[in-house]
Parts: sequence; C-alpha cells; structure tokens
Amino acid sequence: MNTVWSLAKVVVLEMVRRKDFYVLFILTVLLTGTAGSVNLFNDRSIVRYLKEICLLLIWLSGLIIAITCTARQIPAEREHRTIFPLLAKPVTRGQFLLGKFLGCWVATGMALVLFYLLFGLVSGSRDHQWPVLNYLQAAWLHWMMLGIVIAFTLLGSIVFAAPSSNGTISFACAAGMLLLGRHLNKVALSVAEPLQSLLYTAYFILPHLELFDVRELIIHDAGLIRWDMVTLATLYAAAYGAFFLFGAWLAFRRRPLN
Amino acid sequence: MDATLSIEKLRVEYRSRDLGEATKVAVDGLSLHVGQGEVFGFLGPNGAGKTSTMNVLLGFVPPASGTAHIFGVDVIEPIARQRIGYLPEQTYYYKFLTAEELLRFYAGIFRIPKAETERRIDAVLKLVELDHARKRQIKTYSKGMQQRAGLAQALINNPDLLILDEPTSGLDPIGRMKVREIIQRLKGEGKTVFFSSHELGEVETVCDRVAILHQGQLKTEGRVSDLVREHSANLEQIFLKLIGYSPQP
Repeated sequence: MNTVWSLAKVVVLEMVRRKDFYVLFILTVLLTGTAGSVNLFNDRSIVRYLKEICLLLIWLSGLIIAITCTARQIPAEREHRTIFPLLAKPVTRGQFLLGKFLGCWVATGMALVLFYLLFGLVSGSRDHQWPVLNYLQAAWLHWMMLGIVIAFTLLGSIVFAAPSSNGTISFACAAGMLLLGRHLNKVALSVAEPLQSLLYTAYFILPHLELFDVRELIIHDAGLIRWDMVTLATLYAAAYGAFFLFGAWLAFRRRPLN
Repeated sequence: MDATLSIEKLRVEYRSRDLGEATKVAVDGLSLHVGQGEVFGFLGPNGAGKTSTMNVLLGFVPPASGTAHIFGVDVIEPIARQRIGYLPEQTYYYKFLTAEELLRFYAGIFRIPKAETERRIDAVLKLVELDHARKRQIKTYSKGMQQRAGLAQALINNPDLLILDEPTSGLDPIGRMKVREIIQRLKGEGKTVFFSSHELGEVETVCDRVAILHQGQLKTEGRVSDLVREHSANLEQIFLKLIGYSPQP
C-alpha cells in the first residue's frame, strides 16, 4: 500500500501544480457569477436556474478533470521515459496501475470538494438553506461515478497510445452512458434482432452512470437519499471500478516496455 | 567471485506488427556473469542488443528463452530489483517535482524510513553535486543536472548493483567527467556497476571487464588489460575489428 500511495501522491501533486484545474474552477465561478447576476425570473426560479447551471458546470468540469488527468498518466510516463526508472524499482505493474488510479481519483475528489463548496456557497447565499448532508451525498455519489470513469479511462490509456484519442473516446463513452444508458432498453424494444439483443446486452453490461446523478433532487430540494441506497450505489461503483482496473491489469501485466 | 548478475543463453525477440514481416532477434544466446564489486562495460554499436539485454534484466521485456538472475533471483520477480539502481538513457523526470521531492518519492517505493530517507537524500544530492538546486523544480535543470538527478534516484536505495544505460550520453566533457568520477567512487565503495557506453576511452579508464556485443551476439568478453594485450591494440581498435568495420581507404 505504501508503494501505491507514493505513486498516488505524485499524481495529486501534478494536478495541484498544473493549471487545468484552476482554469476550470475560475471558469465555473465566472459563469455561475454571470448567471447569478441575470434577473429574468422571479427569485425562486432564479435560485433553481442558478443551481442547475452550477451543477451542470461541476459535472462537466468533473468529467474533464477526471478524464484528462487519467488519460495522460501512462502515455506521459512512456513519452518522458519515467516509467523505466519507476518499474526498475520493486514496483509491480498492478501497484503501478493502482497508484495511478488512486492518484487520479483522490485528485478529482479534491477538485470536487472545492466545486461543491462553491455550489454550497452560491445556493446558500440565495436560498438561505444549508442542506449539508444532501450536498455531501451528491458529492459522494458524483465522486463514486468518477471512480468508474477513471478506471475505464486508465484501461483506455493502455489500449490507445495517444492521450488525445483516449480522452475523446472516454469522454464520448461517459457522456453516452450518462445520456443514453437509461434509454437503451426502450430503444431495444423498437428494433429488430440481432440489434435488439445487442442493445439489451449493452443495457445490462454497461455501468449505469446516470444512477449517480442526483442533480434533480438537489435542484428541487428533495429530501435525503436513503443511506442504504447510497451504500448500494457505492458498492456498484466499486464493482465496476474493480472490473475495469482488472481489465487494465490484464492488458498491461505482460506488455513489453521498449 | 560471487555472481551478482548472471545471464544464461538469453534470447530476446521482437514480433513485428506488420503482417509478413519476420520476428526480429535482438539478442541471441547471450551468456554473461558479473561478479560482486566489478565495473563491467557492455559495449556494442547501436542496435547491438545492449538496451534489450538491460530491458530483460529490469523486467521490462520477457526473454524468448534463457534466464537472467540478479543476486540469484529470477529477474521476472519484482523483488530482484530491491537492491539495484537503474539510470536509463536520457530520461526526463517528473518536471513538476523538485530533486528532493523526486528522491522522497522513490525512497517511499523502497519503504525507507523517514529519517533515513532525509539522510540519504542529503548524501546523494551532495554526491551528484545538486545540493544547491534541491528545492528547484526539475524543469529548470540543465541536461547535465537532469542526468545527475537521474543518478541520484538510482542511488537512493544504496544499491549493491547499478545498471547504467549510456550514463554520459549527451553530456558535455565536464558532465561526463563528473559521472565518471561518481562511478569510480561507487567502485571504491564496493558497488557492482554494469553499464553500456559508446565512449570507449571512458570504458577503458573505468571498467574492470568488458563484453562486446554485435547483432545480438557476444563477440568477446574479458578484462580490458587482457584484451588489449591479446589483440595488441587499444579498445577502440578491438571494438572496430570485432564488429567488422574496416575504414574506407
């Protein structure tokens, strides 16, 4: 675990010292601030409108940070040749992958904490309510979902050599799963075989990232989500994360580095 | 003499990705033994199979056949790398880290206790003369300084065996001299050094024994003084003769 944590700390440090996160955070602050200064609706609506924009930006930024940070890890190690002195030390390839995963996940989690603090401040200053537990649940589920995204992006970075192609494909997959995943079974009903079976298989095999999206509950001030549901969602994310990481390990464990 | 590093009938192949193209044999039937405390020069022209051999020793590439052991442990086991230090050819270390942070990171991998880590960081940074720049990010370092930072990371675990892949490549004469001095100092401390180089003069000065590889095959191996006496020529002439190079009239 010491080795995995040492690797993870370097990834976190890299994110802290790079400008990507700060640019996205400032952009979110500016866009939310601009949206908040517009007074087109009555007071109640504008709070919801603000919350919706802020959460959408947080979701977009979360995906961008998670995917770009993960997609560049292994290609950069190979390009700069830092993978050689690293794997020449008593580090297994499994530890290397776990360290990269943990680092990207923790770094993304740290970014989410800041983003949700901003969201809490924006909505609290307008709504005069502070449903901290609801926000914690939303941030936790968001972080779990990004764990799945990070794991499959890491798998992609072993399959695709260029970080840009992996980033684009991972982003398209994550967006596809978020927007279309829940509708695949309905679409399957309306098409003929063998496409129907294919769509059904995809519906049951692909991770349902939309399960972690509780933005509507936050925007409309719904109550707390049952904790057993949150636990189940966490286990669901852990299972898919482990599945993709195992796939990454299978692809990477005997790959020659030269 | 105990064998720190032993290679038996090693064969390394690279499969081509292009259809119909034959498998490339990088190393063919190589057997070598390096004893404790030796400085061993691994020579050969570009493409001779030196880096491929090192890649097997470090577990980067699996051998097609044959075996390689470090301190008696098969190189496919990660634990074989516990007592080695490796300096690759021209590596760009994590630019966003300082030399101190880089060394702390590698020390963490070896599970070196905190107090001991700090002591070793001080010692290796002094040895490679980077003490003055320890808090500067690596992206601000010159090429020579980066190479010395690489040498520092290879020494952080106080290794018994150092594997150096062209350690002076791309360095100016002063940088080369500094690296040579460090190798000689390590030899004085009883470390085993296995290194590849194209600088034959440097190899002649520093090495106890050398091996010359050409097209994946071992052409000769022995003490530098014995080879010089046997061939009645200097190391450069021996090298050129063994690889079949004849200058144009």
